[in-house]
Amino acid sequence: MKNSLKEIATGFNSLLTGMRITLGQFFKPSVTVQYPHESLKMPERFRGHIELVRDPETGKALCFACKLCERACPSDCITVDGAKLDGAKKKSVTHYMLDFTKCSLCGSCVEACRDGAIRYSHEYNLASTNKEDYIMDLFKRLETERIEAGGVAQAAPSANPVVGQGTPPAGSPGVPPGAAPAADAPGKTCAAEPPKAEQPSAPNSQPSAAPK
Amino acid sequence: MTSISNGISALWPEPLRLVLFVVGIMSFVGLNAAYLVWVERKGAARFQRRPGPTEVGWAGLLQPIADAAKLMSKQLIVPAGVDRTLFRVAPLLMMSPVLMSLAVIPFGEHLAARNINVGLLMIFAFGSINVMAIMLGGWSSRNKYAIISAARVVSQNVAYEIPMLLVVITMIMVTGTMNLNEIVVQQAGAFWHWNIFRVWINPLMPVTFLIFYTCMLAETNRAPFDMAEAESELVAGAYTEYSGMGFGVFFMAEYSNILLGCALATVLFLGGWQSPFGILSGAFWFLVKMYFLIFSVVWIRWTFPRTQFYGLLNLSWKILIPVSLFTLILTSAMLKLFR
Repeated sequence: MKNSLKEIATGFNSLLTGMRITLGQFFKPSVTVQYPHESLKMPERFRGHIELVRDPETGKALCFACKLCERACPSDCITVDGAKLDGAKKKSVTHYMLDFTKCSLCGSCVEACRDGAIRYSHEYNLASTNKEDYIMDLFKRLETERIEAGGVAQAAPSANPVVGQGTPPAGSPGVPPGAAPAADAPGKTCAAEPPKAEQPSAPNSQPSAAPK
Repeated sequence: MTSISNGISALWPEPLRLVLFVVGIMSFVGLNAAYLVWVERKGAARFQRRPGPTEVGWAGLLQPIADAAKLMSKQLIVPAGVDRTLFRVAPLLMMSPVLMSLAVIPFGEHLAARNINVGLLMIFAFGSINVMAIMLGGWSSRNKYAIISAARVVSQNVAYEIPMLLVVITMIMVTGTMNLNEIVVQQAGAFWHWNIFRVWINPLMPVTFLIFYTCMLAETNRAPFDMAEAESELVAGAYTEYSGMGFGVFFMAEYSNILLGCALATVLFLGGWQSPFGILSGAFWFLVKMYFLIFSVVWIRWTFPRTQFYGLLNLSWKILIPVSLFTLILTSAMLKLFR
């Protein structure tokens, strides 16, 4: 009798405790992120697809087409080309294709890069029904971004919201791509390539995978 | 509202009262059933720290209307081999007792369709039909889940009807009447005159209220006693084969039953339309108390997991029935000794 009464009392007490806890949760703010309307900022070390890092001084790519990433890639999804521009000590990248359909995000390319010229982007809105959206021309994307941020400052930069995490290009509004990169880092001996004078024309014109 | 209906009904009492009752109760029940679904979903969301329905209308307020429109546009499927008559009748049979019972609930001092002196008896007489309706729905569906659910509903409701009626007998002994309006009038004054706090009549009065509330949860098949539609084991229980508005009516009836149960608990224990401070009594207080109880129903649902079936029956037969019997005996003894 005494035991069962005690059991009832403790049981009831535990019920009240449970209800107090849920009521506490009731008044706390909601934790939902309404995804298409709002999205979370990715953490600093999020490993998305790779992107080219720009030189803060010139606003151009740091990459000088040494092709270490291309060789490090186990799935063969990177294609780099570079050319030695007039008056430059080093080559500079003219063509950087990432075939994201094959990429397994292993990060070997970023590890292989000795100059920190590529990094993980924080882009994760990559859903698409179109395979071509995943053949990314990273060099072209960088250049478009640079020209938009610098040269056409008045125009709304809405067309390319994709790589939003990069530092804004610091200098030289409207500098044509052929200007001197002025890099005075110790030059590396790269595999000689037939220099390509003009910009490569990529099959996909737009930077891909903008969230629709 | 009260004075208007009073004035008109003084002029031309009976037919007008009937029309007012039918229109008033139908709209009240309809709107409540629709918006209790919204309350349930919003409440569930808040307890789980989600926003809940937000897309249809401001804060999802038009969601119930969208749901109703969807349900009404659905095809009414009557599966092969079912008992067609019973299958069609069961949702109506579940809905109509609630509407009938609400006739005697005093929402305000004069705001009751009928002030009959056996109101409480009538509610319990009609309340039991509801169980039969679920059973018929499950039985006529010719579906294993529905039949298991029907069997569960019956045993659950038999188990919980007993403590509920014992508690109600206690209340009838305390109040000395079955007229709901008079029960409310007896609780006039401030909140310590409410039946739940009348510990000088019976020191176990709050326990009595808890038993009533628990039984009400079980009778309306609400979580944690929703064995009848334990969706993880029984799909949708007795409603498995129902589609479109057949399901919709069952759903509405379920929420209307909760409404009725909470209204009855308010009348019996929480002073009905009496204000807690003794002033400004009216239908407003009735609604406040009733909706607080309904909120508690949602609160309980999203706090406790579903019991197992033996736990459900153990709670009733081993705890609720002995305790309610004890309160009944205690009340009668105290009434005999001190009155």
